[in-house]
Amino acid sequence: MHNFAKNDWIMSIQETATKIVNEFSLFDDWMDKYNHIIEMGKTLPMIDEKYKTDQYLISGCQSRVWVSAELAEGKVIFKADSDAVITKGIVNLLIRVFSNQAPEEIIDADMSFIDEIGLKEHLSPTRSNGLVSMIKQMKLYAVVFKTKMKEQQA
Amino acid sequence: MHQQVYGKPLVYFDNAATSQKPEAVINQIAEYYRTINSNVHRGVHYMSQQATDAFEGSRKRIQEYINAANHHEIIITKGATDSINLVANSFGRKFLDENAEVIISSLEHHANIVPWQVICEKQKAKLRVIPVTEAGTLDLKAFEQMINDKTKIVAVGHISNALGVVNPIKKIIAIAHQHNVPVMVDGAQGIVHDSIDVQAMGCDFYCFSSHKFYGPMGVGVLYGKEKWLEEMPPYQTGGEMIKSVTFEKTTYNELPFKFETGTPNVADVIGFKSAIDYIDGIGMESIKAYEDEILDYGIKKLKAIDGVKILADGAPKAGVISFLIDDIHPYDAGTIIDKFGIAVRTGNHCAQPIMDLLCIPGSIRASLAFYNTKDEIDRLAEAIITVKEMFA
Repeated sequence: MHNFAKNDWIMSIQETATKIVNEFSLFDDWMDKYNHIIEMGKTLPMIDEKYKTDQYLISGCQSRVWVSAELAEGKVIFKADSDAVITKGIVNLLIRVFSNQAPEEIIDADMSFIDEIGLKEHLSPTRSNGLVSMIKQMKLYAVVFKTKMKEQQA
Repeated sequence: MHQQVYGKPLVYFDNAATSQKPEAVINQIAEYYRTINSNVHRGVHYMSQQATDAFEGSRKRIQEYINAANHHEIIITKGATDSINLVANSFGRKFLDENAEVIISSLEHHANIVPWQVICEKQKAKLRVIPVTEAGTLDLKAFEQMINDKTKIVAVGHISNALGVVNPIKKIIAIAHQHNVPVMVDGAQGIVHDSIDVQAMGCDFYCFSSHKFYGPMGVGVLYGKEKWLEEMPPYQTGGEMIKSVTFEKTTYNELPFKFETGTPNVADVIGFKSAIDYIDGIGMESIKAYEDEILDYGIKKLKAIDGVKILADGAPKAGVISFLIDDIHPYDAGTIIDKFGIAVRTGNHCAQPIMDLLCIPGSIRASLAFYNTKDEIDRLAEAIITVKEMFA
């Protein structure tokens, strides 16, 4: 359908978020919305098999999701995988927003766009593999990279 | 219950997690707080007597319902998990040592695994597990080979919450008793789908939660044969469970109070009696017959959909259809089914060992109650067809 990662990488976090909100606003009913998430799941930038270990696993009981991050020229590159397609779609949504951004931007990112696209139910803390733990993990990676960059500058 | 979710009338197929509550139960709880709320077994004043009478009335009703020989064999707990913890800790401290063995099964809920694991580790005893056959039933031959002079207790579920498999509980008890080994039955699902007569069953302990059996949350029952309960030391300590306290020595109260420390959940215990009255009013035989009919209808209806695989198909079942759709992850399927206004459970259902044995990440579980209908099963079937289309 789309090659999301390529189109998005030069945009700022806010611009990508707005773009995603616009994409979702085209869908009136939940089924189209979920079909879109499923499509996004299929185009997820997949992590290397070697990262699919407990170390990269975001713990939860509903589905398994692994997220890896590396720093390239001051930007964080995220990759992920999950055994569930909807989870893949959701993590891809986050990758579109966060990947290729500076650690500082990721840490400060405003996530209110998630409410706007109507995925609020995935924010519930009972959905262990929901957005909350993924966002937390991705922001945590950014914090680590920010600290590393500071150390290198010092 | 008469509500809409996502603009559709709610279908509640998560009864194995907790059932909905009859009006009579809700009203009884409110009535208690309005009229006789006071602490039990303490005051000489009128209201406390009333509350105590109602509380003990519930105990007698539970005793009568499961046909226990004595009312003091009914211990009020917080839930089935609390009941199992009580037995594991109290029985375990008294009877388990480094030469002892405990037997559980592969079909257990985590609540009937972890307390035994912990006490076995503490007492240096060995935990053994009855395997399942390919059909999803317990391997009784393996059990017969496993049980020996070292076995101190067998703890098995009556009906599996994850698969709905009905275990041959009477056979298990007969085998265990040949070796003079007591049996604890986790009846969290069993009490919901069948008439329970603990004396006819012959179990040494039987436990369940009120909230899965149309009663309020926070109340559970432990039935234990007098001879075992008498021998077992108290589990938790504090007020009410004592006869006399000096700083030198405390003498414990008699059964059942020895195991009931602190102020109990009086309102909900009294509410639970209303639930039993309600269910008894309909009759468990009628409930069972109706549930078996919709279960059978559901299994046939779902099996007719290409790609649907029923877990432990062919094993004797009660109340639960646990299934997978093609290679679709249960979480994906459950998310879409939820959007149809149908509440199912997905995941490992707190029974990870059996899911690991079946080599699956979990399943989709529709668990039924007597208020579910064939029409609701049809709606689930429609949702499954949509799931198949969306993930094709």
